[in-house]
Amino acid sequence: MPNQNNDCQTCGKCDKNAREKNSVRNGMPLHTILVYSENISGLLSQITAVFTRRQVNIETLNVCASSTPGVHKYTITCYCDTEMAEMLKKQMEKRIDVLQANYFTDDQIYIQETALFKLSTPAILENNRISKVIRIHDAKIVEVNPTYSIVEKTGLTEEILSLFDSLTELECILQFVRSGRIAVTKSRIEKLDEYIQLREKKHAQIMEQ
Amino acid sequence: MKERITGAEALMRSLVNEGVKTIFGYPGGAIMPVFDALYDYRDRLNHILVRHEQGATHAAQGFARVSGEVGCCIVTSGPGATNTITGIADAMIDSTPMVVICGQVGVSMLGTDAFQEVDVVGITSPISKWNFQIRRAEDVAWAVSRAFYIAKSGRPGPVVLDFAKNAQTGMVEYEPAKVDFIRSYDPDPQPSDEAIKLAARMIDDSVKPFVLVGQGVELGNAQNELREFLEKAQIPAGCTLLGLSALPTDHPLNMGMLGMHGNLGPNVMTNQCDLLIAIGMRFDDRVTGNLNTYAKQAKIIHFDIDPSEFDKNVKVDLPVLGNCKTTLAAVSKLISPAKHNSWIQGFQPYAEKEYNKVIEKAIHPTQGPLLMGEVVRKVSEAANNEAVLVTDVGQNQMFGCRYFKFTKPRSVVTSGGCGTMGFGLPAAIGATFGVPERTVCLFVGDGGLQMTIQELGTIMEQGCPVKIILLNNNFLGNVRQWQAMFFNHRYSFTPMANPDYEKIAEAYGIPAHTVIDRQDLDDSIRVMLDTPGPYLLQCAVMEEDNVLPMTPPGADVDKMMLEIKE
Ligand SMILES: Cc1ncc(C[n+]2csc(CCOP(=O)(O)OP(=O)(O)O)c2C)c(N)n1
Repeated sequence: MPNQNNDCQTCGKCDKNAREKNSVRNGMPLHTILVYSENISGLLSQITAVFTRRQVNIETLNVCASSTPGVHKYTITCYCDTEMAEMLKKQMEKRIDVLQANYFTDDQIYIQETALFKLSTPAILENNRISKVIRIHDAKIVEVNPTYSIVEKTGLTEEILSLFDSLTELECILQFVRSGRIAVTKSRIEKLDEYIQLREKKHAQIMEQ
Repeated sequence: MKERITGAEALMRSLVNEGVKTIFGYPGGAIMPVFDALYDYRDRLNHILVRHEQGATHAAQGFARVSGEVGCCIVTSGPGATNTITGIADAMIDSTPMVVICGQVGVSMLGTDAFQEVDVVGITSPISKWNFQIRRAEDVAWAVSRAFYIAKSGRPGPVVLDFAKNAQTGMVEYEPAKVDFIRSYDPDPQPSDEAIKLAARMIDDSVKPFVLVGQGVELGNAQNELREFLEKAQIPAGCTLLGLSALPTDHPLNMGMLGMHGNLGPNVMTNQCDLLIAIGMRFDDRVTGNLNTYAKQAKIIHFDIDPSEFDKNVKVDLPVLGNCKTTLAAVSKLISPAKHNSWIQGFQPYAEKEYNKVIEKAIHPTQGPLLMGEVVRKVSEAANNEAVLVTDVGQNQMFGCRYFKFTKPRSVVTSGGCGTMGFGLPAAIGATFGVPERTVCLFVGDGGLQMTIQELGTIMEQGCPVKIILLNNNFLGNVRQWQAMFFNHRYSFTPMANPDYEKIAEAYGIPAHTVIDRQDLDDSIRVMLDTPGPYLLQCAVMEEDNVLPMTPPGADVDKMMLEIKE
């Protein structure tokens, strides 16, 4: 169970503790791996197989089209040491249709997650602490009807889990879902663009020959 | 208007475009349109009907390994495809270029558990370099060209094309395709000048350099570059199992074979050199033994075309990425001529020790039953040390690789990373098609022969001139040796009752002879080599012989056992 002792009223502080707990597990740092591939079917299972074969659990996974046309972006998190992250990177890049894989620690990227909470409306009406908790956590109520209400929270894992814990205590959750992490790098250099430019140059050379 | 042809015929044209001349295959329902098209291409595409699809893959591997070309197989869906799995996995780990085309049910039936439908793409994706399901006739030309490009470029490997039946029968305006660039795949990475310079400096600074030669040298056709490199700086070298023929056995700088059953000198000196230079090899556990004590005293340079090999098993000080044909030549230019006399002489005592304790007994026994080692060395010499060595897996493989001698490149065909029993016979068949002008000698055990013995039918039909040397010890010898050494001589299911192999050969019309006595050996070998076409020479070898020396699994590379203490 996530941090039960969190008193959400003072979560400004406990977030930090929770965050430290979340960024390391069994002495292994949480790595975020950003993978770019051509848009070809069957790649997802090839990518996840790289992790399973090396006994690394994927914590979260998000796949979507990237800003580069025809290129898919995978955001994957897992706990592993740097050597393993490097191995995973190389093994993924070895797959023919993977363009690039790079791994990051939390300080190198801007990260976000989204969660949806489906709450019981009668419970909310009965206990005014629930609305308070939602407000304190800076979550948004996006739907209300007499049966249920939907609350949306965007933030870091810890922030979302802290809200989850508080709402669990208040016994009002009907459903909960949390998205995989999404991330963009803080670097000023776009590695993928560099790579693609390099490859295009090589293509031009081959065409000349 | 362009001519419209079926997807099956588009496959034929695409194969011809890729320069394919030989195909190993087996027909079946879901690939029948392709075999029908093949019927009209018999003048250009020599299809060899094997007796089991696993045989097709190993034959394609044998063909590829000796010729340097891409091996090609065509099989049907379902069980036809699953029968190729062992060969695909074997080709993957041994970096053998191969394209396997298998039939698949029509697209409309995919996912319905249709007759002979198997998720081939799903099954083969972890064991193939690339795979693709061809769902439309329009994709045939592109997919075939991409398949061959991927199979043979960079670090070679197997590619699987899963060819849906509707795409075989569908019509297409055929246009040849040529894939020679894939954005996400760089098979020819540009070597870094800095790495080359640094490598040269490290080599110049080294007093005790030692080279590990892997199959990458053969795959990159860098045998000459390797020799120039070694000779210029007088660097001694050891070869991996798959790298054995990259350097002639008797080259003065060739110190022998690496690994568990390799030679004493190169294994011991791995832990004494000050610079270890690995070329196109992957630090397999059968080569390194205990990684915690492996070459800890040395700086390590690793030449490889596959960046994922760097630091995978052994942390290296300097990776040199690129085709070793280019990188070796570049480094050779920069290094200064050197001698390393006393370092090289340091190998000598180990060679002598191994000769006295192991080799002499193995190849020049004077009494007792025939030994695998003597048979291998005699065959090698009788063929002028110019033959292609094919082995199966087990003691026959280790004795074969230890005592066969090589003077020509691309002369060793053996299942290294996978250790696939049953590889030998079909691989030897493939080799006879890859280099028809050369003598192909197969050493195989009584266990391994029976795993793919049905390919005698292929040999019979094609007249493949495979010289089969059956080293019969009535045991699954290699496992028996381990049971003797590590399981207290408890021979759990390793003794084996054998059939009359001469009669089997006779049934297939293959001339055969059995040698029991040492004095018959030379003549029998001569007769085998002088008989045109296939031949089975059964040698009744010592039942409980052991391959030595040996580094027990997980032991330190320099702690080889020269004898087994009872
Ligand atoms: C397909 C397969 N099954 C099992 C093994 C395990 N194995 C390795 S060597 C060996 C014994 C081989 O016996 P034989 O073919 O008679 O050759 P020998 O060692 O006696 O030369 C076995 C069973 C294997 N390598 N491959």
